[in-house]
Amino acid sequence: MTAQKNRLGQGGRIDRTKPLRFTFDGKIYYGYQGDTLASALLANGVTLVGRSFKYHRPRGILSAGAEEPNALIQLGLGDRTEPNLRATQIELYDGLVAESQNRWPSLTTDFGAANSVIQKFIPSGFYYKTFMWPAKAWMFYEKFIRQAAGLGKGPTEQDPDRYDKLYASCDLLIIGAGPSGLATALAAGRTGARVILVDEQQELGGSLLSERTAEIDGKAAADWVAAAVAELTAMPDVTLLSRTVAWAYYDHNSVSLMERVTDHLGPVAGANQPRQRLWRVRAKEVILATGAIERPLVYSDNDRPGCMLASAARTYANRYGSMRGQRAVIMTNNDGAYRTALDLTDAGVTVFAVVDLRSNPQGELVKAARAKGIEIIAGHAITGVKGKLAVTGVDVMPLTADGKGVTSASRHIHCDLVLSSGGWQPTVHLHSQTRAKVVWSDDIQAFVPGDKLPGQNNRSIGGAHGVFRLADCLAEGHAAGSEGAAKLGFGGQSGQAPTVSDEPAEEALLPVWIVPSDKPVGQGGKHFVDYQNDVTAADVMLAHREGYRSVEHLKRYTTMGMATDQGKTSNVNALAIMAGLRNVEIPSVGTTTFRPPYTPVTLGTFSGIDKGDFLDPIRKTAMHQWHEQHGAVFECVGQWHRPYYYPKPGESMHDAVNREVKAARTGVTIVDATTLGKIDIQGPDAAWFLNMVYTNAWTKLEPGRCRYGLMLGEDGMVFDDGVTSRISENHFHMTTTTGGAPRVMSWLEEWHQCEWPDKKVYFTSVTEQWSVMALNGPLSRKLLEELTTDIPLDDDSFPFMSFKDGHLAGVPVRIFRISFTGELAFEVNCKPSHALHIWRALMQAGEKYDITPYGTEAMHVLRAEKGFIIVGQETDGTITPYDLGMGWIMAKSKTDFLGRRSLTREDTKRPDRKHLVGLLTDNPNEVLLEGGQIVAHVKDKPPMDMIGHVTSSYYSPNCNRSIALALVKNGRNRMGETVYLPYEGKVIPARITEPKFFDLEGKRING
Amino acid sequence: MFLITCPYCGARDEHEFGYGHEAHIVRPTPAEYEQMSDAEWAQYLFMRKNPKGVHFERWVHTKGCRRWFNVARHTVTHEILAVYEMGKPAPQIDTEKK
Ligand SMILES: [Zn+2]
Repeated sequence: MTAQKNRLGQGGRIDRTKPLRFTFDGKIYYGYQGDTLASALLANGVTLVGRSFKYHRPRGILSAGAEEPNALIQLGLGDRTEPNLRATQIELYDGLVAESQNRWPSLTTDFGAANSVIQKFIPSGFYYKTFMWPAKAWMFYEKFIRQAAGLGKGPTEQDPDRYDKLYASCDLLIIGAGPSGLATALAAGRTGARVILVDEQQELGGSLLSERTAEIDGKAAADWVAAAVAELTAMPDVTLLSRTVAWAYYDHNSVSLMERVTDHLGPVAGANQPRQRLWRVRAKEVILATGAIERPLVYSDNDRPGCMLASAARTYANRYGSMRGQRAVIMTNNDGAYRTALDLTDAGVTVFAVVDLRSNPQGELVKAARAKGIEIIAGHAITGVKGKLAVTGVDVMPLTADGKGVTSASRHIHCDLVLSSGGWQPTVHLHSQTRAKVVWSDDIQAFVPGDKLPGQNNRSIGGAHGVFRLADCLAEGHAAGSEGAAKLGFGGQSGQAPTVSDEPAEEALLPVWIVPSDKPVGQGGKHFVDYQNDVTAADVMLAHREGYRSVEHLKRYTTMGMATDQGKTSNVNALAIMAGLRNVEIPSVGTTTFRPPYTPVTLGTFSGIDKGDFLDPIRKTAMHQWHEQHGAVFECVGQWHRPYYYPKPGESMHDAVNREVKAARTGVTIVDATTLGKIDIQGPDAAWFLNMVYTNAWTKLEPGRCRYGLMLGEDGMVFDDGVTSRISENHFHMTTTTGGAPRVMSWLEEWHQCEWPDKKVYFTSVTEQWSVMALNGPLSRKLLEELTTDIPLDDDSFPFMSFKDGHLAGVPVRIFRISFTGELAFEVNCKPSHALHIWRALMQAGEKYDITPYGTEAMHVLRAEKGFIIVGQETDGTITPYDLGMGWIMAKSKTDFLGRRSLTREDTKRPDRKHLVGLLTDNPNEVLLEGGQIVAHVKDKPPMDMIGHVTSSYYSPNCNRSIALALVKNGRNRMGETVYLPYEGKVIPARITEPKFFDLEGKRING
Repeated sequence: MFLITCPYCGARDEHEFGYGHEAHIVRPTPAEYEQMSDAEWAQYLFMRKNPKGVHFERWVHTKGCRRWFNVARHTVTHEILAVYEMGKPAPQIDTEKK
């Protein structure tokens, strides 16, 4: 096995019996099961892992977790490649292929690094200053900028993986399975409460997995974790989710999780499982045990590969054994970093010195380090880092008495690892996502969660609210679990809180937001604040000088905190530097409001299985199979698939539609009209109700008769139309447009429940309880007569706009004599289970009449020939009945109906509104474009004054010419005028006519 | 994603519900609206409160019992302070509540 030169021979949580092969930038390396890509690279001595975004500076691994700004990876190949993943969170698997990003041609030779040389010319606010003016300059620079900037590349092929979605609810959702979260889960779980415990890492345990010496309940930390996990696993109502990030906290304790189900197995292994799963969890209480993120110190050239957070080095040493042989210098302003010094020494790292910014640290950990022989250089600062592609050493200088500068005596220390700790910032992201405030704590010099919002039931514990001592975290967790469960009524015992003996006390940290150097900030080395977006302390100063001083201005001017890491390691440092420049308290600069997601979420989890055929339901009628078998071409009408036309062999769409349209006026035709919306309305106040929702009068409609109605919104605009029939005194059958069915149903219910609740009327959607087929044409009566014995079909017995119950082809039907074509027509309604039988019987009996099935296109042409409107085509929510020329349907006798008052508004009663008219082109073969704009006067080029648009346009084989309906300003008073339709380089003249083209006297309705 | 307690079905996820608009807007009678100016009618028809604070609004349990009801919701915190049946008067809630 190829040597891993920095790997310790034993210890850590990796499995040395399971070596894994991987490539980074094409080179082969080996790591072990349990490694992250970052720990495996470090074990192999790879410190240079990326180039920065703007200056293309060489960068190494800074952290060991979600906050990583530098080590961004393009993972995987082909259709599974994924950009911008953090090496610190990628679990190693055999065959893993990783590429660094943002460099060309290679990490060590990167031409973009020239940006570093010309940096004086690309300061903060550079985009605003240089490229927005003059406009031509931006055009010139843009392609270079776009090429130079940019992260990884998205895949170009379709994602081959499956994703899943899951809804869950629980009593306690605990986010973070470190000491606080585990203690909470144990206490709550023991009472029988339903607990979900999530952690973004592959193993539960959080910071305890990086402990070398700590003991809980007399056990080594790792053993205590194992026992806790075993106890929790045995609890039936506790769900443990590792590899699961809580990325969003929405209203009313709704939390979104992303579970990485098979990512750690590589691209092949999880074929029978989803790759990732989106969880939407509703919890009665949410426990935020998300820990804290260490802040780097802001010192000169703090971004050289080999500069790392002190706690990260401790994790790599203790958990992964991947720091052996390194030579480290640590700079700190607090006691915590001494744990790193102590542990690293035990893990085979040479710690040359701890440079403490404090003048006289005397904490217990400091003393322990001193006792171990580690040199402590108090009252000093690292003023410079040597080395370009890797750290080779540091300069250390004594701080002046006020700590704001350094004296000249410089000492150089050779090393390849520079670790820093500037204190800890609680991970308040999820708390902040609830829109609750964060408040500044002087004690820990960090933002901690403020009061939770009313309506959200959550609690931040442990590191997430600035409590860092292990004993306190465990105690808080235990209390949160037992109290949370008790509040929800779980009376069981929570057991004993875990205890820690002998935890060293720590002294206060010293806030130092810019570590001074021998040169002024901005000259010489660079003090990086935001690594990923290349924002330095000098940039913050520039923003301050130019007046961008609030957090929102600072962010946008410098782009600080706006990279994919959302400034997890940089926000507080930037705010504090700005506060120092403004000489104000840190919170008065402002705080960052965190928004979802905490870390990036794949789009696949959002779609889950809702793609392809599962995206939207498909609705089919009972006759669908027949349509398919007879060659129908389908069109989508909402979720319905309806026959569009039925081409015969060799026919074009035009041929087929013309044939179908002609047949309806010469023989007998049949159309599947099942998709019409149908609402059953019953109750003593049903007629009263119809009077309110339709413009015409309904009280006197006799049972057995049908009437066309127009529905208006309260604004007077046409909303829906349809035929409604009176089944009996208190029983009506309403039809609506296909698309309007749910809308109308909701409309009726809303008015009934909210405005007229004491009216006795009931609405039931029966769209799918009735199948409908309409027979149209002069021979339709003749055909029906052959198949019924109990329904008289003559005009006297069965007049237009009435219905009859009886039997057809031996099964019960209700036949309406209504017409959407102007022809003699009958609409047969039946149970869906009988529909195919009746349809087939009609087709068989109709064969001798050459019965013709027709689709929606012929239906549209036929109704347009007669000038019948389609709501949503001739109307668009701004059209009144008068605009349509349908004043005849407005009951003069009624004192009230919805929309009535609006029709007398000054604007709605204008005589020159847009009116529905017909348009006939000079050339009868020219079919206008639907939606085409109409002008009265043609100009050389746009803009021209538009006076209306074409709403429907077809070739009418019955008129032997094209026909169109249009809405035209003052159209009814322009009959006979010629208007023009300029489009596609030509101008088509057309004459305004009445909106009716065929059977103008309406004689055909009786066959 | 709100958790809304339907007065008829209990607590359900927001995606089961539809939002109406401000509650307690009474439709004028014909006798009243005949006397109203266009501006007054527009006030009824179009103008809705949009407070920063407690808002009385109506919701419908579209994918449940399909019944309308009223909700008092704080528009900043999204806290649901009351749920009550259609036709009931608005409960006393400190509308200055922040
Ligand atoms: Zn309900």
